[in-house]
Amino acid sequence: MENTEGVFFLTGKDFKNAGAASSSLKGILEGRGVPQPIIRRVAIAAFEAEMNVIIYAVAGMMNYTITDEMIKIRIQDMGPGIPNIEQAMKEGYSTAPDYIREMGFGSGMGLPNIKRNSDTLTVNSVVGEGTTVEFSMNLPPAE
Amino acid sequence: MELQEVINSLSLKVENPSVNLKREVTGAYVSDMLSDVMGNAHEGFLWITLQIHLNIVAVASLKGLSGILLVNNRVPAEETLKKAIEENVPILTSSLPTFELVGRLYSLGLRCR
Ligand SMILES: Nc1ncnc2c1ncn2[C@@H]1O[C@H](COP(=O)(O)OP(=O)(O)OP(=O)(O)O)[C@@H](O)[C@H]1O
Ligand SMILES: [Mg+2]
Repeated sequence: MENTEGVFFLTGKDFKNAGAASSSLKGILEGRGVPQPIIRRVAIAAFEAEMNVIIYAVAGMMNYTITDEMIKIRIQDMGPGIPNIEQAMKEGYSTAPDYIREMGFGSGMGLPNIKRNSDTLTVNSVVGEGTTVEFSMNLPPAE
Repeated sequence: MELQEVINSLSLKVENPSVNLKREVTGAYVSDMLSDVMGNAHEGFLWITLQIHLNIVAVASLKGLSGILLVNNRVPAEETLKKAIEENVPILTSSLPTFELVGRLYSLGLRCR
């Protein structure tokens, strides 16, 4: 099948549209006939990365590429960056402010959820500039 | 278990009766933290929570949950309900607190696995 790629734009604090990019991506994967268990993993990881942009950054974008071999997603933002990525990856670590916690975010499980559901994950960040989270899921060979 | 059976047994109110209620409830999960649900609930689970804002619908829809049950007389925000109709996610409510609801769901045979 031909590769599919595209981009969604994300706006910081836009809680009204939170999850919209991940939902659209899920629809695209369903349209391409990607196996359900893999779609589920992508949906979880994409949502977590999308929410982190909305919660912590000013703006960002989600790029996706789907080939016959894999699904690759890159979420890049302009935002405060992450000073200590290793610490941020730890389950339970969160800097979410109170009003975000009241909405049910800030359990420090987002990045661990991405890690658990992806086959590769890289997080790059420059404090004061932004963060790039890139992950991929392998697709089973077509019969 | 059929969702309708759960609704009847616990006398739950369906806040958006226009959605398709014909679905299987495969288990249940309780949490007010969205990433916890993302990480630990499974497809077909009923989600018990006190969160009423819009983003709960995205979580339920992305995870393929069978519905959201709001506890303690909580009512969904208007935009939450609108979104839930769009995304076909049942929103159920009850006057009972979480502990009571979960006890009843457990006696009905629902588990978290
Ligand atoms: N895009 C980002 N920009 C700046 N900081 C980030 C970004 N993503 C994550 N972080 C930092 O890493 C921490 C951990 O992120 P993670 O997604 O694991 O948990 P959380 O967002 O705090 O809570 P949860 O995802 O469970 O709602 C965040 O609290 C924040 O400090
Ligand atoms: Mg997060």
